[in-house]
Amino acid sequence: MNSQTNANAPEVIQHYKEPFNFRRFIRANSAQLGILGVLIVLWIIFIISAPRTFLAPDIYSAFMATIPFFAIMAIPLTIIVIAAEMDLSFPSIMVMGMVAFSWVYNVTAFLHNATIQVFLAIVAALITGTIIGWLNGFIIVKFGIPSLVVTIGTQFLWRGADLVLTQGANFSLEYVKPTFFYPLFVGTIDKYFPMQFLWFIVIAILGWVVLNRHRFGAHIYLIGDNINSAELMGVDTGRTRIQAFMLVGLVSAFAGILASFYVTYFWPSMGDGYLLQTLASVFLGGTSVFGGVGTILGTFIGALIIGAIEAATVAAGLTGFWTQFIYGLIIVLSVIMHTYLRKRGE
Amino acid sequence: MEYRLELKNVSKSFGEVQALENINFQLGRNEIVGLLGDNGAGKSTLIKIITGYYQPTSGEIYFNGKKVDHLSVPKARELGVETVYQERALAELQTLWRNIFLGRELCNSLGFLDIQRMRDETHRLMTQSMGFTSSAISPDSHVGQYSGGEKQGVAIVRALFFDADIIVLDEPTMGLSLKETAILVNFVNSIKKAGKSAIFIDHNILHVYNVADRVVVIDRGKVAGEFLTKNIGLNELMDKMVHVAESGKLE
Repeated sequence: MNSQTNANAPEVIQHYKEPFNFRRFIRANSAQLGILGVLIVLWIIFIISAPRTFLAPDIYSAFMATIPFFAIMAIPLTIIVIAAEMDLSFPSIMVMGMVAFSWVYNVTAFLHNATIQVFLAIVAALITGTIIGWLNGFIIVKFGIPSLVVTIGTQFLWRGADLVLTQGANFSLEYVKPTFFYPLFVGTIDKYFPMQFLWFIVIAILGWVVLNRHRFGAHIYLIGDNINSAELMGVDTGRTRIQAFMLVGLVSAFAGILASFYVTYFWPSMGDGYLLQTLASVFLGGTSVFGGVGTILGTFIGALIIGAIEAATVAAGLTGFWTQFIYGLIIVLSVIMHTYLRKRGE
Repeated sequence: MEYRLELKNVSKSFGEVQALENINFQLGRNEIVGLLGDNGAGKSTLIKIITGYYQPTSGEIYFNGKKVDHLSVPKARELGVETVYQERALAELQTLWRNIFLGRELCNSLGFLDIQRMRDETHRLMTQSMGFTSSAISPDSHVGQYSGGEKQGVAIVRALFFDADIIVLDEPTMGLSLKETAILVNFVNSIKKAGKSAIFIDHNILHVYNVADRVVVIDRGKVAGEFLTKNIGLNELMDKMVHVAESGKLE
C-alpha cells in the first residue's frame, strides 16, 4: 500500500533467505526435538538398566524386524490426523487386503506360476485397500459424518467381512517363499538389516515429500487448520480428504502383506493389536488431534519408541506386566510435553 | 456496454429460506460498487455466489458478457475474482507464505511446490505492498501471532497479488484501527486507478460513500434501489437506509 517508496526499484528477483537463528530453529522444530530427546533419554535408561542387551547389535535387528508392521501405517495416519480426521479401520483394511490376496492367488492357480500369481495377488491386495480407503472417505465427505464415527463402523464391517469370507480359517502362505517378493519384502540385508525396515524408511520419506513438498500436503495442512478458509479459497477439501483415506487404505494393505509374509501365514485377526500402537506413535510424534500441526519425522521417532518399550521392559528385568504401565506413562508425559511446547511456540 | 460482471435474476434459497430473490446486478469496468444493507439482508450470500462458493438456485451469471455455468471458487479465481472475506479465510497455524498462496500454490506440472519462489514473493509483498516492518513478521512466521490489522493486510495483499480484475471486499474494515482503515480506503481507491473493478461491502456507510461510484441497497434478499454517489448526498443516503430498514421500501 505504500508502493511509491519502491516504485523506481528495478525488477530484480531477490531470493529471500531467512538468517539462521538458533533459537528460532529450536522453536520451529520443538516437537521433533522434544520427542527425539525422549527417545535418547529412554535409550540411555535402557543401556544403563540392561547394558548387555542394548550394547549388542542383535536387539536392534529385532526391533527393526517388528516395528515396521504397525509403524508403516502411522505415516498415512499422520496425514489423516493433520487433516483433523481420524481412521480406526486400518487394522481391518490390513486383513481385507490379505483376503483379496489369497483369493486372487487361488483363482489364478491355472497360471501354474507362483511368481505371477503372487504378483497379481499383491496388486489385488493394494487395490482392495485403496478401494476400502476410498469408501471411508466417500462416506465421510458425501454424508458429512465425522470420520471417527464412520471408521468405527467400517472397522467392524471389514473385520466381519473378513471373518465371513474366511470362516475364521488360518492358512499357510508357504507358497510366497520361493518367489522373489519374499526376500524383497521381508528378507534381510547381510543377515542383519530387515527389508521391511527399509520399506518403512522409504514410505516415511515418500510421506514426507507428499506432505511437505506437494500441493496435496499443503492442502492437508490447510484443511486441518481451518477447513472453512480452505474451502473459501478454492481448495477441494472433499477430494483431498478422500485421497488421504485412500492412502491409508493402500499403505495398510501393504503393511498386511509385510506382516503375513514375515510369518508366511494368514490369520483372520491380523492387525487387531496394532490399532492403539499406531495411533500412539502418531500422537507421541507431536501431531495435534485438532489438526493443522504434525510431522512425519515425529511419527517416525514415536513409532521407534512404541516399538522398543516392550522388549526393553523385559530386557531391563521387569516382568511383561509392566509394559502397558510404562507405555501409558511415556505416552501421557510426551503428550503433556507436546502441549507445553506448542503453547510456548505460539 | 459490456459489463465485467452481470447477474440476471439470481435467486438463492437454503431449504425454506429465500436468501436472495431475482437479483439483477451489474459491475462495470473500472467501477467500484458499494453494497449496503442490514444484517441478514443477503449481502454475504450475494458475494459468495459471485466468488463461486454458493451456486445460485436459479438465474444467470455473466463475466465479460459470457455466460458462466457452474461457477466454482477455482473457476471464479481463474476469471479474475479475488476476495477479502469477512472471516478473512486464513489458516492461522500455518506460515505467512502458505497463507498468501492458499489454494493457489505455485507448483510444477506434477504438483510439487516451488517453495523458494513462494517465500521470495511473500517477502517482496511484505516489504513492498504490506508495509510490514515488524521483525516478527517473516514469510516463515505464523499468521496466528499477527494483530487484527496485520491479518487483514495479509488477506488484502493476497487478493492483490493474483492480478485480479474484480476485487470483492466483504467488511474489510472490521477490527481495523483508524490508521489501518485509512490505508485500506487508499487501497480501494488505487484499485480504480489501476483500471480494475471492486465490490465493497461495509457497515460503515461513510466508508462506502467515500470510495464507491455507485451504491446498491439490498434489503430482505432483493435490490431495494441504487444510486450514483455523485447524485446523492451522504445525509440523504443515510435517511434512505433507515427508511428501507424500517419499511422495506425506498420511497
